[in-house]
Amino acid sequence: MPPDTTSATMSVAVRPSGPPNDASGARLPGDLAIWFFILAELLAFAVFFLAYAFARAGNVEMFNESQLTLDLNSGALNTVLLITGSWFVVLAVQAVKRDATRLGARWLAAGMACGFAFLVVKVFEYSAKFDADISLSTNTFYMFYISLTFFHFMHVVLGMVILAILLVKTRQGAYGSREHNALESGAAYWHMVDLLWIVLFPLVYVMR
Amino acid sequence: MNTLNTAANRTWIVLLVATAITYWLGESGTAGKAGTMAVFVMLGLALLKGWLVIYDFMELRHAPTLWKALLVGWLVFVLGMIVLAYWMGLH
Repeated sequence: MPPDTTSATMSVAVRPSGPPNDASGARLPGDLAIWFFILAELLAFAVFFLAYAFARAGNVEMFNESQLTLDLNSGALNTVLLITGSWFVVLAVQAVKRDATRLGARWLAAGMACGFAFLVVKVFEYSAKFDADISLSTNTFYMFYISLTFFHFMHVVLGMVILAILLVKTRQGAYGSREHNALESGAAYWHMVDLLWIVLFPLVYVMR
Repeated sequence: MNTLNTAANRTWIVLLVATAITYWLGESGTAGKAGTMAVFVMLGLALLKGWLVIYDFMELRHAPTLWKALLVGWLVFVLGMIVLAYWMGLH
């Protein structure tokens, strides 16, 4: 990918001591602000993940026993959906960057479809748990399972709202090879949702 | 662009394979039987997957080192602390 002059100048300012090839080619996609936002989100989830991990350390048997009731198929299917949704959004950004905006809009819609399917699978998973009279107060494992996955669920919802806005604007021709900053920023957020699930899935559904 | 496209496609395939292995660890009961080894495999796969998402999907492969270090550092720290917590649970 050829670096544009602006980003090359920015990266020189950011890493004055970097190797020459990095200094000329380094570029942070999207707006700087979105990366600070992503960092804040990652830190919030880190607290949640570690609270789960250390609470488990104090009560391994109960966590292992309760974990057996989770639907591993749903968890794995949702991993595939988020990974694939992320990949579609990568293809969307690449298409828009070469001015294939109609194709880019289609990939964005495909990414949203994956996100929607994720939410549907999750709703079925929750309803099965609620039918079995499992709630936040059942035990510490379920308290974490429900709150952690629901917190993530809300991030998928926000990611879909962002993708919807990007889809509309892409269709209107707002982005192309010269202007794609907002698209890259929204895509980075969507990939963060994927990254979080990549840690959450083995931690909550598989590790025992 | 074609090279990038291929990298993203390759990453997607690797992510799917890694997910299938993690799923198998849980579904076959290996995660319970193999204990610590299974935990290292699944968290190692999570490290690989997260790394690929950060580098190829978030497109940080060519980003300033600081940002790569912040995101990969987050991933390594979280997974490392999970290993520590798992180890504490064994004792």
